[in-house]
Amino acid sequence: MSTYSRRRFVQMGSLASASFFVPKFLKAFERKAIAENKILVVLQLSGGNDGLNTVIPYNNDIYYASRPVLGIKKNDVLQMDDEQGLHPALKGLKALYDNGEMALLNGVGYPNPNRSHFRSMDIWQSASDSETVINTGWIGRYLDAQCLHADKPTLTMEIDDTLSLALKGKNNTGIAVNKPKQFYGDSHDSYFKAILQKHPVNDEHLNVDYLYKTLAESMSSADYIYQQSKIYKSNVSYPNTNIGKDLKTIAELINSHIDTKIYYVSLSGFDTHVNQHPQQQRLFTDMSDSINAFVKDLKSSNRFKDVMLMTFSEFGRRVGQNASGGTDHGTANCMFLVSGVLKKQGILNAAPDLTDLDQGDLKYQVDFKDVYATMLHNWLKTDDANILNRKNNYLNFI
Amino acid sequence: MGISNEKLQHLSWRAGFGQLTSAKEPDLQKLVRNLIRHNHTKPDAISTQESVELVQNNYTYSQIKADASLRKLIAQKNRDGIKNLNILWLKEMFTTNRPLREKMSLFWHGHFACRVQNVSHQEKLLQIIRENALGNFGDLLTAVSKSASMLAFLNNQQNKKQHANENFGREVMELFTMGRGNYTEKDVKEGSRAFTGWAFNKEGDFVFRQNVHDDGQKTFLGKTGNFDGDDILKILLEHKATAHHITEKIYRFVVNDTPDEQLIADLAEKFYHSNYHIGNLLETIFTADWFYDKKNIGARIKSPVELIVGMERKVPATFANDNALLLFQRTLGQVLFYPPNVAGWPGGKDWIDSSTLLYRMRLPQIVYASEEFNIRPKPMPEEMDNSYTSSNIHDDLQKKEFMNRAYKNKVKVTANWDAFLDKFTAISSEALPKAVADDLLVNLPQIVNTSLLEKYAVAYNHPTEIKKMAVNLMSTPEYQLC
Repeated sequence: MSTYSRRRFVQMGSLASASFFVPKFLKAFERKAIAENKILVVLQLSGGNDGLNTVIPYNNDIYYASRPVLGIKKNDVLQMDDEQGLHPALKGLKALYDNGEMALLNGVGYPNPNRSHFRSMDIWQSASDSETVINTGWIGRYLDAQCLHADKPTLTMEIDDTLSLALKGKNNTGIAVNKPKQFYGDSHDSYFKAILQKHPVNDEHLNVDYLYKTLAESMSSADYIYQQSKIYKSNVSYPNTNIGKDLKTIAELINSHIDTKIYYVSLSGFDTHVNQHPQQQRLFTDMSDSINAFVKDLKSSNRFKDVMLMTFSEFGRRVGQNASGGTDHGTANCMFLVSGVLKKQGILNAAPDLTDLDQGDLKYQVDFKDVYATMLHNWLKTDDANILNRKNNYLNFI
Repeated sequence: MGISNEKLQHLSWRAGFGQLTSAKEPDLQKLVRNLIRHNHTKPDAISTQESVELVQNNYTYSQIKADASLRKLIAQKNRDGIKNLNILWLKEMFTTNRPLREKMSLFWHGHFACRVQNVSHQEKLLQIIRENALGNFGDLLTAVSKSASMLAFLNNQQNKKQHANENFGREVMELFTMGRGNYTEKDVKEGSRAFTGWAFNKEGDFVFRQNVHDDGQKTFLGKTGNFDGDDILKILLEHKATAHHITEKIYRFVVNDTPDEQLIADLAEKFYHSNYHIGNLLETIFTADWFYDKKNIGARIKSPVELIVGMERKVPATFANDNALLLFQRTLGQVLFYPPNVAGWPGGKDWIDSSTLLYRMRLPQIVYASEEFNIRPKPMPEEMDNSYTSSNIHDDLQKKEFMNRAYKNKVKVTANWDAFLDKFTAISSEALPKAVADDLLVNLPQIVNTSLLEKYAVAYNHPTEIKKMAVNLMSTPEYQLC
């Protein structure tokens, strides 16, 4: 008899029916409709996606010479212009491109690139430069800037069980939700409710009150998200994969007019040192079909005009293939932007210059922080310099 | 007269993981002195099967270079080895009767953050830290700086006279010693020149490579000479900024997240004049009246490792598969040997977000009440690398399926409640909430709504009542604090 079920007792307990009370310092979270409700969806491709086999310079001899086995044949490429085309598995993205709903940024990166997964991911998520370590994420700092009193805990949301650095601010953190129903169930434990209710209100600066505040926020958010998630059920069929389900969850939340402005979601498996072809084929099919379903869903509810989806990966891969049918860690990479209201569509800048390499790696043309700045300033209408702590150049796709 | 329970609890958490085995000593000065002196014997090294095998096999560079499958095997051994090293060290924390040593080792493990995929190197670094955790900071700094792990992690193998790499030199100053704002970029350059030639051999032992060392004159923090790496460390230790930086960090770890400038300045001065004796610094702190001020008690948020170890030391649990311990660390955001970056874990409120707080509060139920574990942490970057984990797509899919299964299962665990129950069997149900809370929580004034605890612990027999009470108390925000 070393274990027992607390839940079983709780069902019989008198407190199970106690009403849910939020301490005074929390108030009820006010859920006002946001006037201009533009939404950003960030799709992280974890592992370092091979950009040169994503957007293929199909008329470039250096490309084929560097990749005698891995190079994608000209006839298989989904051609965009007479220089570049998409990987054959990216049919969904190609359709968006043809509709003027997709834009491509080539050669996105940062100075002194780091080829370690975890460090480079840190740099992208914290929006730091290569030499500085910052313990907050760029979306977390956006949250800090938006809500001084944590009045909108669901403003930024990651679709996952755990929260990425990107969504951690100094004073506020985003919320991680994998499945709204499960999150609701886990947080609405009647014992948790009861201790929250009994907690005496004290000085907010003490850690114990910080913890209670976080607990109250989680429960309130879980409740809100779960209730909202029931409002709209998608009719569109998505791939039965993690990313398919995640994007479906996001579409349903967007269509139920929840107050979330930034969604964060990731797809992993892009670290293709070995046998790259079948892996990229599978991942791209999954990604492209999921994004396509997502767009269809948003169009059906007339919300595509309010949504911008952006993809990134912590680095691209080396120009030359390796000896194992794969590619090793590289530097600059492409990013896709998907939206119904792109000011500039299609290919936004020149293809990577394969004649001008840095020790076999691409040189970056666009600093990723300028892409973030454009999203923050032109799309989310906020003070990007403050969040990114630098003076930025805006790009012209919004 | 003895030491009050509140003081003892406080000390036991700051000098360990919440359970002092030597707490019977009635005199505080003596108790603290014993805690520190205890650690004068060298700890036995923690060693994994994997590193033993790798050392025995002693593959040559040319063997490794020529054979891709051998490389894969070695990489796998290293990864498994580091996982086992993680678990072995964690278990040492569970059971050690030298908790202060492991506690301070955990501190230095974060201070000298290092993430490399070589189990033998990591074992050596851990041992350096455990041997010097309460000794002389200069010795610790030198040994860590000469460890293969750190030299590799901070790229000093690439720091050569002809082509400098300043990563190591910079971090030694910024993170290990003085902290930012006390030196110039020029100092980083000059210091890095002095570290050229600091390297390690195949066995992971330090070597000085004269042929790549820059033996010219350097001007570093106002001094000029033909400095080598040892000289640079010596100069850094001569600067009081180093004593201040280290003292402040220790203060934040054992006293309070919010620094008290005056106290830290005084402590740093003493630390400096004791020639950086860590044990002495801790003795001063743990015997000071201000250390036991109300504002310091229960002021810290436990790190995930402290939380897990604290639970284990109260109610030991044995897992059918020790990977559960890794899963908990990953879900809560602190995996030993996998610091997030060179600066280590930021700690404090950074441990807490909506999800980690809920997992923390559910953890006691998962471990002691077989609640389902339905959380899947993100893969670690090292695991993404498919050149090591899978040779083809099928392996990859299989691995994913395995992960799915593992995470949806209940964690198979046997808890040993005997010692815990013994403390409370003689206590009546009415007195139980207060007694169990006294034992589990350090910050009593905040908590304990006894009627609530009673309601949620109603049971048909006394032992079950005690268990429920304990698990419910561990599932509170207050229990996250120490």
